[in-house]
Amino acid sequence: MVDRPALILLTALTACGLLVPMLSLVVPESSALHVTTYTVALLGKYMTYALLALAVDLVWGYCGILSLGHSAFFALGGYAMGMYLMRQIGARGVYGNPLLPDFMVFLNWKALPWYWYGFDMFWFAALMVLVVPGLLAWVFGWLAFRSRVTGVYLSIITQALTYALMLAFFRNDMGFGGNNGFTDFKDLLGFDLHASATRVGLFVISTAALAGGYLLCRYVVTSRAGRVIEAVRDAESRARFLGYRVDSYKLWVFVFSAVLAGIAGALYVPQVGIINPGEFAPLNSIEVVIWVAIGGRGTLYGALAGALVVNYAKTYLTGALPEMWLYALGALFVLVTVFLPKGIVGLLPRARERPVS
Amino acid sequence: MNIAGPQASHGLILYIEDITVSFDGFKALNSLTLYIETGELRCIIGPNGAGKTTMMDVITGKTRPDYGSAWFGQSIDLLAHTEPEIAQAGIGRKFQKPTVFVQHTVFENLELSMAGNKSVWRGLFARLSPAERDRIDEVMETIGLSECRHVLAGTLSHGQKQWLEIGMLLMQAPRLLLVDEPVAGMTPQETERTAELLSSLAGAHSVIVIEHDMEFVRSIAEKVTVLHEGRVLAEGSIDQVQSDPRVVEVYLGE
Repeated sequence: MVDRPALILLTALTACGLLVPMLSLVVPESSALHVTTYTVALLGKYMTYALLALAVDLVWGYCGILSLGHSAFFALGGYAMGMYLMRQIGARGVYGNPLLPDFMVFLNWKALPWYWYGFDMFWFAALMVLVVPGLLAWVFGWLAFRSRVTGVYLSIITQALTYALMLAFFRNDMGFGGNNGFTDFKDLLGFDLHASATRVGLFVISTAALAGGYLLCRYVVTSRAGRVIEAVRDAESRARFLGYRVDSYKLWVFVFSAVLAGIAGALYVPQVGIINPGEFAPLNSIEVVIWVAIGGRGTLYGALAGALVVNYAKTYLTGALPEMWLYALGALFVLVTVFLPKGIVGLLPRARERPVS
Repeated sequence: MNIAGPQASHGLILYIEDITVSFDGFKALNSLTLYIETGELRCIIGPNGAGKTTMMDVITGKTRPDYGSAWFGQSIDLLAHTEPEIAQAGIGRKFQKPTVFVQHTVFENLELSMAGNKSVWRGLFARLSPAERDRIDEVMETIGLSECRHVLAGTLSHGQKQWLEIGMLLMQAPRLLLVDEPVAGMTPQETERTAELLSSLAGAHSVIVIEHDMEFVRSIAEKVTVLHEGRVLAEGSIDQVQSDPRVVEVYLGE
């Protein structure tokens, strides 16, 4: 039942998940093979990006919903985690207030807003990581799909959604730290976030989340529901006249994808150490779509490969030639669209062949 | 959301009464009244703009009329249900342009068309039973595509796509099939094969065929209805209809 790309991918992720911790913790720092904590955190960040790309590929590649607002779900998951991390700081903040995060003390707030309650408990924050993006996707999707908003119109309103959230989160009186967002985190479940071992742990969890997310998405797309989702992409009215409630399928896949994006965001925040409204920027969502397009949409592993390759290139180029990055990204996108409509993985032989059912 | 099948005790499967649909003042259907008997194969002809496709849209829930009533059997008010509900109740529709799922194989196209629970949850865990596989094989045989089992539907010829779409309707196990221009663009051999296919379906299913090709209509129809300007102009056997002076006038002009 497991096809070759899936096998290769899972093997690679497992190898990564074992090798990187060893090279970081066991191999001495003097060795050329030693992986620094900085690199571990960077790789962990790539893994969360790849999970986000997977979520976008599921809605776009398989269901034809070009969401240009998926970073909103990623950022919401990140904010939920960030709120927990802020509460964990406690009295160790600059102002030493045991209850209020620094930015609230700075704004002269006397009490914790009601929506911050519960975030001192990890289980609650973890639940919110799933619920908040999922709920937003459900409300948004219910309105959009029921009214049969499709194509470019849907893409535009997803952009509007993430833009509106960005503006809202920039406001200080929203209670989410305004344009500074959250930072200066100390620990997560008692583990020091600055310790190498914690960084390695987060990397391993991100890699496992990516592998798990991939397996879940793969299960979905190879199920009959997955075939219906593709059918909706290719001939929506035909699916409707066959008796499928197209809006339910779209809504389901959109919510599922948003939850995956939220998980990715929650894993991203402790590794980069900051979350601010910039994560909601419309450009971020568009970038994710470019990763997926470059990797090859509608394959899952293509999205994953695209996210890793493009982000590695970004890290390298923004270091070497900072002003060239956006041109390089644009050029890459154009070249791939024109010459490789199936993305990088389209170069692989038999990449698009489907398993015989 | 599943609704029970129609009760057709009087032998009528479809009642269309006094249906009027207007688009910006233009009456696409003008007090159209039409009855279809159970097991009947009815051809509907008429010049462009006569309202043939709009009529199908009303029956399948895509378009809501301004007036009139439409019943499937005696118990299902077609004007009160959505497209998926009507499909589940047993009305299948074939589009004018062949519409199959091009990225799916012939087998998968038929699998997706199978009657049954179509919820997301069921779709996530559904496995094909041997009986369901047999049914798919049987339909594949009927439409002559057994050789193309694992071929992507997008790579089939035009005629094969049309047959696949008819096969998809059969998988739905509908009581009433609406078939819009099944032989447009087909070779004479394909047309002949399609005529046989549709004729063999009548009896077990009620079939409404919309067609321009008079030769084809002659080869399959027992009863023909001529639509003109959104209403029924004539009804009867193909010979009766073709000798009707009003029909001649509409088709050949004054």
